[in-house]
Amino acid sequence: MKPTPSQTIGPFYGYALPFPGGGDLATGGITVHGYVYDGAGEPVPDALLEFWQADPSGDLSGKPGTLRRDPVNGAVIGRHGLDFTGFGRVPTEADGRYGLRTLMPGNGYISVCVFARGLLHHLFTRVYFDRGAAFLDTLPPERRETLVARPEREGVYRFDIHLQGEKETVFLDFG
Amino acid sequence: MTPPLSQADIDREIAELHQAHDGEEANQPLRDFAPYRSSVLRHPKLPLLAVKDPEAAELSGPVFGVTDVTALDNDLTKQHPGEPLGERITVQGRVLDRDGRPVRGQLVEVWQANAAGRYPHQRDDHPAPLDPNFSGVGRCLTDDEGRYSFTTIKPGPYPWRNHVNAWRPAHIHFSVFGTAFTQRLVTQMYFPGDPLFPFDPVLQSVTDERARQRLVCAYDHELSVPEFSLGYRWDIVLDGPAATWMEEGR
Ligand SMILES: [Fe+3]
Repeated sequence: MKPTPSQTIGPFYGYALPFPGGGDLATGGITVHGYVYDGAGEPVPDALLEFWQADPSGDLSGKPGTLRRDPVNGAVIGRHGLDFTGFGRVPTEADGRYGLRTLMPGNGYISVCVFARGLLHHLFTRVYFDRGAAFLDTLPPERRETLVARPEREGVYRFDIHLQGEKETVFLDFG
Repeated sequence: MTPPLSQADIDREIAELHQAHDGEEANQPLRDFAPYRSSVLRHPKLPLLAVKDPEAAELSGPVFGVTDVTALDNDLTKQHPGEPLGERITVQGRVLDRDGRPVRGQLVEVWQANAAGRYPHQRDDHPAPLDPNFSGVGRCLTDDEGRYSFTTIKPGPYPWRNHVNAWRPAHIHFSVFGTAFTQRLVTQMYFPGDPLFPFDPVLQSVTDERARQRLVCAYDHELSVPEFSLGYRWDIVLDGPAATWMEEGR
């Protein structure tokens, strides 16, 4: 069957899609943070990033409960902290920055789906923690670096996303 | 400063881009679609990297369950003490993969403007009234046939600043998950016969008319509820490879 086309997320998703603790998959693990930039090098303050990943053992089956609801008033109260759901959703802030607190994925990378006002069809990329990962060998060295998180200090990694321009991030097509 | 663009300028650019892609089948919008001004600096210029790895994490995806929705979430007319203003509608359809198989138990999220074309968002300064009885946010999980259903009010068209006298056709924003992260979809559903279609660079970024038609719901009298609401049907087909390994038991 022919697929339904994508359309931009637009500017007004902010009261509908983000939820409390969207970037807090787990405590006591790693932090990944960075900025989203446009082709002029300006930060993008209205992007929404989604993250999907394996748990530390490499398990990709996920768990429900990311958007857990209060049955009394229907409010989104988020994860209860007992299960690792593998899914995160974080809007960029006014300065284009995002942050994610999670566990190191057992398969070596976190999948990222990028949405933004002005972006008509979402983009996929990956955050790698080891520049020796086999997948990265298929890329020229300067492009490879765009997929590798830079360690800043113990457990804290910087990963920026460039939608366009000299430092343009490698985006993936799964066909 | 360059003078602001008129609708005629935008129409000309849209026509040129449609001409350049005439006859091509296109299932997705062009990311590089200059008539939608905000796209100019927000699309990659390098080709995407094809990934053909059967072990890719993206061939699985997030799961949701009964703790993630409440029974009231799919009725946008019942979130406040009073009734929202506007034309009450029921929107129903199925979420399918490219092989026509239902996507079961997955999350569908919607958001929309009120009947006057206004979002309850700080950055929406369109001088149309907010409705204290309408937030315009809903969620549900698809059932065993892949069906979703929302009760809401028909959103109004609204102006935006892409060019002079720019107006968005009435639409409901949809966010849909498949069994695989590769199938992720965020899109907009439009209403049949909207006179604003040809003027809208967001819709026209899908250069193939047949694909644009798939963004338009159909009036369905069978879905209309007597003395209550008008019914619209809209089926969603997710692009991208599905998670074949988890087909059984879902
Ligand atoms: Fe909108």
